[in-house]
Amino acid sequence: MNKYLERIYNGVIKENPTLVMMLGMCPVLAVSTRALNGIGMGLSTMAVLILSNVVISLLRKAIPDDVRLPAYIVIVASLVTVAELLIQAYLPSLYDSLGIYIPLIVVNCIILGRAEAYANKVGPMLAAFDGLGMGLGFTCSLTLAGSVRELLGNGTIFGYQVLPESIQPIGIFVQPPGAFLVIALFITIMNALHIRSRQKELVEGCDGCCSACQSKCEKAEEVTE
Amino acid sequence: MKSLIMIVIGSALIHNVVLSQFLGICSFLGVSKQIKASASLGAAVIFVITIASGVANLIYDNILAPFGLDFMKTIVFILVIAALVQVVEMFLKKTSPAIYKALGIYLPLITTNCAVLGVALTNVQDGYNFIQSVLSGLGISVGYTIAIVLLASIRARIREEDIPAPLRGAPIVLISAALMSIAFMGFSGLQV
Repeated sequence: MNKYLERIYNGVIKENPTLVMMLGMCPVLAVSTRALNGIGMGLSTMAVLILSNVVISLLRKAIPDDVRLPAYIVIVASLVTVAELLIQAYLPSLYDSLGIYIPLIVVNCIILGRAEAYANKVGPMLAAFDGLGMGLGFTCSLTLAGSVRELLGNGTIFGYQVLPESIQPIGIFVQPPGAFLVIALFITIMNALHIRSRQKELVEGCDGCCSACQSKCEKAEEVTE
Repeated sequence: MKSLIMIVIGSALIHNVVLSQFLGICSFLGVSKQIKASASLGAAVIFVITIASGVANLIYDNILAPFGLDFMKTIVFILVIAALVQVVEMFLKKTSPAIYKALGIYLPLITTNCAVLGVALTNVQDGYNFIQSVLSGLGISVGYTIAIVLLASIRARIREEDIPAPLRGAPIVLISAALMSIAFMGFSGLQV
């Protein structure tokens, strides 16, 4: 397979950031009340992720290793500020419904995680496709979670009535507990598929070390033991 | 006075930072395996968020707002938080090695805990002054600690149980969190 397409496949299916890696759960749980919010958040994050991957990849030889995390954070924070101002100017209704979660894209584990795990090792073109793949994977799972919650909690998808009016929607699914339930359901399905295909590993959350999730996970694990 | 108490109770219980705002989910799910570890993380979070919300408020009111640099707040806050965590870490290491030993490993994790940045940004959004910001930071971090210690206690029980294979690992933890979240919705009756 073409190595660029492979990146996209990797991001959407094989290492889906939300459903497989369990990264960036805060926005997934918080803004998935409606499918439209999910797509808006997913695309904003994807734009920031692609650009940050490209910039970090271009600067990978210029940034000294010791201060790389602060440098990445400054790059990501600048891009997020640009995105925030653009959304505020052109999509005011999305800006209102996403609220504080737009600036919080800065601390989204996926972005710093990809910078640390991939973008600082390869050329800008591959890094861009990696960002595209991961961003698409994130957008898909976020939109899916949003659709399920909107359907069960409100009877609609993207604002269109899907369930007949006579069926009473289950309000709890658009409330905070519904977010936990829907994501739990998704991961249960993923686990069941894994068990069927005889993969031993179950999906586990990472250890609160968003900056460089993969690399620091084992370390935190050891300490808590 | 009453409004100040309401800020603390409101941010600790009614709008619990983890269970209804979904901030700090990563560490909430990740570090809640042991009760002791989660209590130490909670203590570190209380420490850092309370200081960070005060400092962020001072910087916003005295530097960013007067010079019209409102749009810079995300960048400034995240850098201030990162620097602050470093300073706190060095300070504790020098002055009280006992506390450092208990909290030390969790301090770096807090930099990217979205609750810290989230609190600083919501305080600005709500137009809180210095005292209100510190209290809301305190309330939010106490709420975080309550939630993570409770979840760790629940997980200690879950470990003994025979859970269907697909639900093991993350799903059962998320379902426990959902039930906790439903319980915390009961606090919304407190609102005056």
